[in-house]
Amino acid sequence: MKIPQDLKYTRDHEWVKIEGNLVKVGITDFAQHELGDIVFVELPELEEEFSEGDAFAVLESVKAAADVYAPLAGVVVEINEELEDDPSLVNSDPYGNGWLAVFELAEDEEISGLMDAAEYQQFAAEEE
Amino acid sequence: MKPLVPLIFERSVPGRVGYSLPDCDVPEQDISQLLPVDQIRQTAPALPEVSEGDVIRHYLNLSLLNHSVDNGFYPLGSCTMKYNPKINENVSRLPGFARLHPLAPEKCAQGALQLVYELEQYLAEITGMDAVTLQPVAGAHGEYTGLKLIVAYHKARGDFKRKTILVPDSAHGTNPASAAMAGMNIVQVKSDAKGCVSLEDLRAKADDTVAALMLTNPNTLGLFDVNIAEIAEIVHQAGGLLYYDGANANAILGKVRPGDTGFDVVHLNLHKTFSTPHGGGGPGSGPVGVKAKLIPCLPVPRVVKKENEFSLDYDCPESIGKVHSFYGNFAVNVRAYAYIRMLGGQGLKLASEDAVLNANYLQARLKGAYHLEYDRLCMHEFVISAKHQKVKGVHTLDIAKRLLDFGVHPPTIYFPLIVDEAMMIEPTETEGKETLDYFIDAMLQIAKEAEETPEKVTNAPHTTPISRLDEVAAARNPILRWL
Repeated sequence: MKIPQDLKYTRDHEWVKIEGNLVKVGITDFAQHELGDIVFVELPELEEEFSEGDAFAVLESVKAAADVYAPLAGVVVEINEELEDDPSLVNSDPYGNGWLAVFELAEDEEISGLMDAAEYQQFAAEEE
Repeated sequence: MKPLVPLIFERSVPGRVGYSLPDCDVPEQDISQLLPVDQIRQTAPALPEVSEGDVIRHYLNLSLLNHSVDNGFYPLGSCTMKYNPKINENVSRLPGFARLHPLAPEKCAQGALQLVYELEQYLAEITGMDAVTLQPVAGAHGEYTGLKLIVAYHKARGDFKRKTILVPDSAHGTNPASAAMAGMNIVQVKSDAKGCVSLEDLRAKADDTVAALMLTNPNTLGLFDVNIAEIAEIVHQAGGLLYYDGANANAILGKVRPGDTGFDVVHLNLHKTFSTPHGGGGPGSGPVGVKAKLIPCLPVPRVVKKENEFSLDYDCPESIGKVHSFYGNFAVNVRAYAYIRMLGGQGLKLASEDAVLNANYLQARLKGAYHLEYDRLCMHEFVISAKHQKVKGVHTLDIAKRLLDFGVHPPTIYFPLIVDEAMMIEPTETEGKETLDYFIDAMLQIAKEAEETPEKVTNAPHTTPISRLDEVAAARNPILRWL
């Protein structure tokens, strides 16, 4: 199971990459493995606003449909349109071409409660 | 092994026809004089050219590939695939029911109206409610109708802030879906360690925006929520109503009445609990029962009885209106009526007792070989997990596929979502011990195979006309037409 060092992780098995006030979000290798082959990705609209914990995307595999939750409050500024044609990117490259969306953080939003790679590794191992 | 049936198109023989028409006895006209040129197709449609016999054999052979409750065990959890007594069919085909026009004058339809009236009374008695409408034609349709009633009730009280529907995390997916369709916000309530609604989480979320809590009891784990009195109190104190999802009502007939445990609105699935055929997408029937305070909101028309005469009452100014054409799926309701009258009160109670007994027998025999997350007595169904088998690379989907080799319909899989690798098994009361033992032996053999020869399970099924279908390719690149 791959867990890149330079990313932060949530308890919902999502990764976030923070650059200034922009946050790129995807699901982890563990999550894509648990879901199985993704066959459909429903992404949010650009400029859609989410509070922390809101479902902002849906991943559908042959065995389940799973909500993906906004790790922090913000506005969607970019979505990965490639996933519409090729949802399998979430499986094959969850940390790269399988990213889901980029959020612009709400003002004064404080980032907390995220895990680093080592903490997430332990968290995921306990879930298994 | 049953052979694969070729497509009807593949049976086509150029020039073969299944009809002979008499000579045309009116003057023939060129089609170009009858239709605008852009409306006339240039190539003939690619219809199969077959005889009547070809058509009959084709569809009969296709139908023989079906699995149904009439040809095998069908333990599909939360779907209550019980045997449907054939007398239900006889009764629903009586010409007085089957050939009655839905717009026939009331005086010509007294028998049908009486049946609707009495079935509503029976269902009200069974659920402990004050009135019932038979109009909704499916479980989810009943949910939607029930939520519309709840919204109308709050609005009639001048309470416009109730926008939230609470739904436990073990709920059927239709609950949040129906709430969303009804324009409500959905808030999930967690389960506790025993698989019941977490009272702590419920208390935290039961505020003055709550319109209702939707609850299935027994829930999708097949567990009866013993805190129901306290749950009802919390929701009612917050000003919300309690909605009963009747999908699992087969466990409680004659034992517990939702109306006595605090529920304000109930739906039943007649196609599950009251033995009307289902599984092919319908037709179903999802009657909704309500407490007295919600009666004015019920859909129109209501069947009313005055001095032994039945009529349709449209004069209900607070009604939410119609939710289906005419009076719902009438013929399905006739079947349920026949079932209730055939079994009687004691018979219905015995049906639920046997359904619960059968489920507990299966649970007790399977819980060693398979992981049982919530190890308590179950109601009419239970949920086991392929957690042990997963270590060997054998997943729930593989076990479901392997069961096909034993001529058994697999249980509901990967649901409820709160159990990893879930298999939800509901045997119903209509199966004898031999069938249950056959299923147990099959499941134990599969567990052994998962241990010793996992590829036998992961490559299953082996005896069906087509083995493992590529569901991923089918979902990602569906080919939706043959030509």
